[in-house]
Amino acid sequence: MDSRRGSRFVIDPKIRQVGFVPAGCESENPNASSAVAAIANVDVNPTSDSPSPVMIPPRLADPLPRAAPLPVPSPPPRKHTSVEIPLQGSYNPTDSVLGTSPPFSPASNGRYAGVPSSEGPDLSPSFVSRASSAMEGMSLREDHLGSPSASRFATVGEYAMFKQQQPQQPATAVTKVYASSLPQEPVQSFAPVGKEDSSKPLKERTTKAERRAKQEADREAKRIAKESAGAKVVEGEARASSNVVGKASRAQSQKKDSASEKRLSAVEKASEKEKKKEIPAPRMQFDDQSRVAKAKKRALIEQTETKHRVELFRHLPQFVYGAQLPSLEAKFFHDDAMHPHPAVYQVGLQYLTGDITGGNARCIAMLSAFKELIKDYCTPRERTLIRDLTARVNNNVSFLTTCRPLCISMGNAIRFLKTRIAKLQLTLSESDAKSLIIAEIDRFMQEKINYADNEITKLAVTKIKDGDVILTYGSSCVVETIILHAFSLGKKFRVVIVDSRPKLEGKGLLRRLLGRGISCTYSHINAVTYIIQEVNKVFLGASSILSNGTVYSRVGSASVAMVANAFHVPVMICCETYKFHERVQLDSICFNELGDPDALVKIPGRKGLSELEGWSQSSHLKLLNLMYDVMPADYVSMIITELGMVPPTSVPVILREYRKDPIL
Amino acid sequence: MGQQMNFQVVLLAGGVSKQLFPLVSKELPKALLPLGNKPLLSYTLEQLESSNLKSIIVVVAGEDVAEQIRAWISGAYDDRLSVESVTVAEDAGTADALRAVASRLTAEHILVISGDLVCDIPLGAIAATHCRKKASMTALLCALQVAGTSDGSSGSTGKEKAKQQSSNDVIGLDPSHEFLTFMASAARIDKQLQIQRSIVRAFGRVELHTDLVDDHLYVFKRTILQEVLEGCPGIRSIKEELVPYLIRSQLRSNPTIQSKPLTENGGEQFERKIAPNQLVKSPLEQASLLGAQANNMKCCAYIVNKDRYCARVNSVQSFIDVNQDVAGERAVHLTGYDISRSNNVIHPTSKLGYKSTVGPHCMLGEGSEMGDKCSIKRSVVGRHCRIGSGVKIMNSVVMDHVTIDDGCIVQGSVICNNAHLQERVTLKDCQVGAAYIVSGEHQGEALAKRDKN
Repeated sequence: MDSRRGSRFVIDPKIRQVGFVPAGCESENPNASSAVAAIANVDVNPTSDSPSPVMIPPRLADPLPRAAPLPVPSPPPRKHTSVEIPLQGSYNPTDSVLGTSPPFSPASNGRYAGVPSSEGPDLSPSFVSRASSAMEGMSLREDHLGSPSASRFATVGEYAMFKQQQPQQPATAVTKVYASSLPQEPVQSFAPVGKEDSSKPLKERTTKAERRAKQEADREAKRIAKESAGAKVVEGEARASSNVVGKASRAQSQKKDSASEKRLSAVEKASEKEKKKEIPAPRMQFDDQSRVAKAKKRALIEQTETKHRVELFRHLPQFVYGAQLPSLEAKFFHDDAMHPHPAVYQVGLQYLTGDITGGNARCIAMLSAFKELIKDYCTPRERTLIRDLTARVNNNVSFLTTCRPLCISMGNAIRFLKTRIAKLQLTLSESDAKSLIIAEIDRFMQEKINYADNEITKLAVTKIKDGDVILTYGSSCVVETIILHAFSLGKKFRVVIVDSRPKLEGKGLLRRLLGRGISCTYSHINAVTYIIQEVNKVFLGASSILSNGTVYSRVGSASVAMVANAFHVPVMICCETYKFHERVQLDSICFNELGDPDALVKIPGRKGLSELEGWSQSSHLKLLNLMYDVMPADYVSMIITELGMVPPTSVPVILREYRKDPIL
Repeated sequence: MGQQMNFQVVLLAGGVSKQLFPLVSKELPKALLPLGNKPLLSYTLEQLESSNLKSIIVVVAGEDVAEQIRAWISGAYDDRLSVESVTVAEDAGTADALRAVASRLTAEHILVISGDLVCDIPLGAIAATHCRKKASMTALLCALQVAGTSDGSSGSTGKEKAKQQSSNDVIGLDPSHEFLTFMASAARIDKQLQIQRSIVRAFGRVELHTDLVDDHLYVFKRTILQEVLEGCPGIRSIKEELVPYLIRSQLRSNPTIQSKPLTENGGEQFERKIAPNQLVKSPLEQASLLGAQANNMKCCAYIVNKDRYCARVNSVQSFIDVNQDVAGERAVHLTGYDISRSNNVIHPTSKLGYKSTVGPHCMLGEGSEMGDKCSIKRSVVGRHCRIGSGVKIMNSVVMDHVTIDDGCIVQGSVICNNAHLQERVTLKDCQVGAAYIVSGEHQGEALAKRDKN
């Protein structure tokens, strides 16, 4: 347990082990992963023997990816937020960082909030126990029972018992609890948990208090949430509630409460269970054999995974590219309940073959297809529209995911659609409900994409002056409209298009710009350090912007931005706010998309080069075709959104302020 | 069902084809010609059924023929397919046939398939291509099978093929082989080919192929199809007029703006110096493809994979060839028969005499009887045939209820239903009409009763 906690301190992507952790090495030297971890371990439990520093997202029973606490310059109460909420199992590095960062850390204002530099002196027992209690809150703690007292075997046994007992728990426990301010139902079934805890008397007390406190706080948060906007958990609310959790739990942690711990833990489980329902499951990790096998059964497309996968990226889906299309085509006319809607099918095909690319285009295509789906939808007998339509949308979304992993903006759009469906009033007639949803989708496309693009163009054009040399990378449709608009305004400027293999998307942009008579320079990314010297502004598009200001964009953008930063050229990111996401990502490994490795083999214009042909025959060679990379906020001078031009540190503010009510 | 994906199927079953004289007659229309002892149309219908397209509009030329086909379909596919048959005049063109059913078309996309197409191409793939590209028309193109089928056939076949090849269609594709940029059927090619400059400019480069065949399987967007059929009443044939017309007008947003469909002459003229199977690259190399993509009129091509089988039965020779393919290993999977150990299909009720041999790639129908010392090689023999002793049949098709007396030698011929070959008849490359009685020696003749036309 402790080693796990230790590992969670690690924030440096260089040290963090992802994907392939050899079984032996980390158990031999659990503390090597980071110095901080070592300190923590020494302090609490120097002899932890079975550490599990594998950072591959623990597939927890309760993932609880509630809104990540924001590392914004934030009001004082927020900095405690993270300590008390139960750690979540998502693979989100920052979540984990914040989750265990010491409450007194002054650090939560930077992008790398919670840098554990100030931890040393702070490791008072109370903190340690609190942190460890936070760990206890996780229902997966059985996995980490490497504590000296509990043997692995015992752990397994307990786990089994726990599993057995879980279903006995009444699902409605939470609501009951809320009705009565102090729940009294004794739950006897959780004896094993208590037993386990009693083996560590030092921690026990604070743990109890902590749990109690947290549970109380949870309850309060729930009540607030209920009062404010109904039972839906939306980002803003989740954040608010977590805030409250922090405050309340801190206040109550002072009390040494020795009330029945079993009851509390049971209640807490139940509440977690409830939360779990409302929160989407963590992304599937494709190095988990059993889950992959399960998903395969469900999938419409036959997918064979590529054998030659790069170790570090095993958790990302990668399939043999040639195999998908024929199987999809063969099933074109099939007709069963699980078959996606024709429009969705068509869009899926277009994703698969690359006929539609680009975040906005993909999103619009998807939403239009869903519009068709809703238009053709009629509720089956004995079903309610809300539930059945949600299921259908889910089904179609999973089909699209098999065609190509969804990008973050599409995820946002889907979430928007689902919220809208879920919020429909039951009294509405079917046709009314359908037209309402369709109108909502239209509004989303208009407001969030079209108008947003117009607004961004208007704003960004003001940044282009006569005599400017503008650099852009790849082909972003927003940047293209900006350039065209600026040109139509009669501004005199030059454009440098930097491109890279294998997609060479910049060529299309170059052709279109040249067609308008804009003077352009075309270069590949390997010449960017040279070409940057004559550039005085860099405009880039983005696939998504994460809440720590990190820009998630076409692979290569980060390098361009870095070079630009080094040459003191301002980097402006043009991105609609619907592409913003609460997630925090520090590296481009955890979440990314793998392209077709065969695309690297062919070099356009160089037919003679065939060194890489037949690469799959060689067991020593693996090709990696990453699609996205992550640009740290350091390199970003400004983000141009439809809400204005903001620094990257303001992303969380936008997320907080504009997504409070579930427009998105 | 097909409707689920918004597709509707129009099957052009044809009537009594002149090219297949004397094989076809009013009693035996082209659609019911036995191919591997199954009617020709059954291949198409089964392919449609396997693709889950179960609601089909069948267009038949001629009343009598329509009656027969209707009867056959209702007998064979009553419970499996919902077939609606429409009759058009005997001399109606393919586009006329489409016009006849235009009012019944409601789905977004229309799959038009010719009844004489024998192929194992997944229809879903073509439909998927069509949808994916948002095309207004998609045509199935197949590489010309030059060497593939003629290996086992006699010399005359090769000659005939060579003759065929000299009058090939010219099909223009864009460099990515996804879009059709030009199509001219062999019959309409004069000395010069006219290619519009706008198309060349839009696609950057046009490759002209003479090694591809248009296989009469099209997917149309309904709105465009109906618009064109209505707007241009002069169009009679799909392949020769409708498709080239759509291709020519694909850069326009509205296909009917063009007033004179067939005399459009805005383009560059290429001298016709095209060697077969060679590509012509236009001088305009660089131009954007986006002009074509942004437009909503697009004509796509689906080029058949080399390992798929695709053939049409539109001549006597192709009838023999396809029969051999169906009996042989190339396309035997289409028939659904079980292949015996010696690589042929022999119905259990057929009787073989003493020392008679049936070679590989042969088919022997139900209830046929053979005398002693017969030999059958690469041939298809129909049902209830009576074959005497010492008969040799090679590279031939023998239909049902044929009587062949002792000592006959049949080579590269087609013998229709109820025909009778008297003793010691020798046939080479002949077609024997239904119920015809043959005697003596014949070579390269079409033997049929006079009244058959």
